[in-house]
Amino acid sequence: MLKQIEGSKAVAQGVALCRPEVICAYPISPQTHIVEALGKMVKGGELTPCEFINVESEFAAMSVAIGASAAGARSYTATASQGLLFMAEAVYNASGLGLPIVMTVANRAIGAPINIWNDHSDALSQRDSGWLQLFAETNQEALDLHIQAFRLAEEISMPVMVCMDGFILTHAFERVDVPEQAQVDAYLPPFVPRQSLDPAEPMSIGAMVGPEAFMEVRYLAHAKQMQALERIPQLSAEFKTIFGRDSGGLVRTYCTEDADTIIIAMGSILGTIKDTVDEMRAEGHKIGVLGITSYRPFPLTQVRDALIHAKRFLVLEKSLAVGMGGILATDVRMAVTGTGLRGFTAIAGLGGRPIYKSSLHKLFRQAEKEELPPNTFLDLDWNVVNKQLEREKQMRRSGPIAENVLHDLGIVSAKFG
Amino acid sequence: MSFQPVKFYQTGTFTVGNRLLAPDERSVQASQRRSNSISSGHRACQGCGEALGARYAIDAAMEASNGQLIAANATGCLEVFSTPYPESSWQVPWIHSLFGNAAAVATGIAAAMKVKGKPEVRVVAQGGDGGTTDIGFGCLSGMFERNDDVLYICYDNEAYMNTGVQRSSATPPAARTSTTMPVGPEPGNVFGQGKNVPEIAMAHGIPYVATATVADLRDLEYKVKKAMSMHGARYLHIFVPCPLGWGAASDATISLARLAKETGLFPVFEAENGEVTGVLKIRHQQPVENYLMPQKRFAHLFGKNAHPETVARIQAKAERNIRKYGLLATEEN
Repeated sequence: MLKQIEGSKAVAQGVALCRPEVICAYPISPQTHIVEALGKMVKGGELTPCEFINVESEFAAMSVAIGASAAGARSYTATASQGLLFMAEAVYNASGLGLPIVMTVANRAIGAPINIWNDHSDALSQRDSGWLQLFAETNQEALDLHIQAFRLAEEISMPVMVCMDGFILTHAFERVDVPEQAQVDAYLPPFVPRQSLDPAEPMSIGAMVGPEAFMEVRYLAHAKQMQALERIPQLSAEFKTIFGRDSGGLVRTYCTEDADTIIIAMGSILGTIKDTVDEMRAEGHKIGVLGITSYRPFPLTQVRDALIHAKRFLVLEKSLAVGMGGILATDVRMAVTGTGLRGFTAIAGLGGRPIYKSSLHKLFRQAEKEELPPNTFLDLDWNVVNKQLEREKQMRRSGPIAENVLHDLGIVSAKFG
Repeated sequence: MSFQPVKFYQTGTFTVGNRLLAPDERSVQASQRRSNSISSGHRACQGCGEALGARYAIDAAMEASNGQLIAANATGCLEVFSTPYPESSWQVPWIHSLFGNAAAVATGIAAAMKVKGKPEVRVVAQGGDGGTTDIGFGCLSGMFERNDDVLYICYDNEAYMNTGVQRSSATPPAARTSTTMPVGPEPGNVFGQGKNVPEIAMAHGIPYVATATVADLRDLEYKVKKAMSMHGARYLHIFVPCPLGWGAASDATISLARLAKETGLFPVFEAENGEVTGVLKIRHQQPVENYLMPQKRFAHLFGKNAHPETVARIQAKAERNIRKYGLLATEEN
């Protein structure tokens, strides 16, 4: 049914259609609206049988999900940013135990300085945790990916993180096609756990594993992600037959067939990038877009295939490997090893910094001419940066960095109209 | 008129003779049908109080739940010695997730049982004092506050034994641990205000809180069974001596646990809905020296460079407990 609703509400309705049995909630912006909506559905009896548990921390949220999933219940939670880091130990534990929990990450920057706005630092900090990570481009895809995520997670018995841009998607009102229960039921069979805590068949889960078997257990986690690499496109195709639309998959190409320059990105920024590319195409630029939906597993082959006929690529990412450069860019470069393709990285939109089309036009043109340094920091205010660097050179007690930068910047609201 | 119920104790011991009791009054451990929830062959040290406490507690919980029990375990000695891959001592469905989340994992299991319509399946969480009073405290308090249907059992051996006897918030004053060495002007652990988790549990107003020691099997089993007869969050704090960490003889586990209670240093009581409803009286009050001296972790208090003033402070602590909980038998009771 077509609805004009907030992204968080759409996701909550999508999750509810998946018949979750245990939902744990801890508030952190910008995911709160999702669990609030689910809590209302459980309390009002719309979503039943389901236990909605208000926990005392994100660490507990994931831990409750671990217990519930190990006991055979379909389990869900949502978090973001600091919350994801606070639960990090349990995030690794869930995947290590092979528990098919689904979690929404409403992507948000990580402090300090504390910042509630969108970037991908939170999810990418957990890229090696063993969780599968799917990135939604639109609210429709965010909803759809959750349905696919439960199916995928339970099939391979590994947890899946559905990443959606905080505020940009979670708080945006858009037209979303909310599926019918019968459609979801046809797509998502009941959860049959590979292992469960059951007095009728006692088993020990979570034993200590030493050097004699640890590598094998870790490899098996990798093997499951490699299986997912095959299953994700199949599940996306199957999704289309039931729901009638393209959603999910490993990667999505846009105008790449004849492109010399391909822009690579994840999440909602793909919309702005496509608009920019449309405008540049109209002017005759041979430029295309590659959207990465599945960040883990990373589709090396599909990325390579999409880029192989181009001359160069630019990875535009909302994350920064401090001391190195791009995070997504590193993976993309791995995919094109030996091809001779020129690659550039642009770090953009950290902490919710707006990414304007005008900036992208300039950036993409520079990329076409191969006039970019290896790492570009889009719309970085060099004056402010240099001022602080100079200050630190001049005096020992230069004070707190963030406060100095804000002071140098002056009135913030004047900067972004 | 005072009334003293007849008790059948074997001569010279505190153990109730099973021979003198009707079958239905005998301990779970005395039954050949006990579940052996944690079976022999695990890798606990000789004389391990925690292994004993876990066997007593989980077997009693198994009987109380007719075998419908799931256990969540914190990281620690109990987890490590019972499940070195690919072996497991557990004959109950058992999960170990992390050090600090046993209470939350148990909450998740209980929620799953509720949603799946299996009210007969009961859930226990268990951990050592580190996993309970320190790193797992947030999850424990959350579980209490929500009154989740979980019995949490803390096996308190008063330090982080698994990692090599480091201090925890349950370590008593003056005790030597590997992070509170007996050097300097105040050797051993500091005299802090302590962290009385049973009382903190009571402050949550949960249905049942109790303490017990491995020295009193019947009292321990009674408390487990009583806890299992209730629903909601319940907390059982079991005092379990650690021969390795305490520097005590491995055959002194029971006697030390008994002395902890008989000195007043470890009050044994139970509480319902935040109010103390019963205490186990001291039978033969002992000076704290009798408890401290057999343990090398307190050796620096005695001998050549003795610290009698510290012993006196520990005695005062015991006296405070005795007053506070009314641990001495009186004419009336």
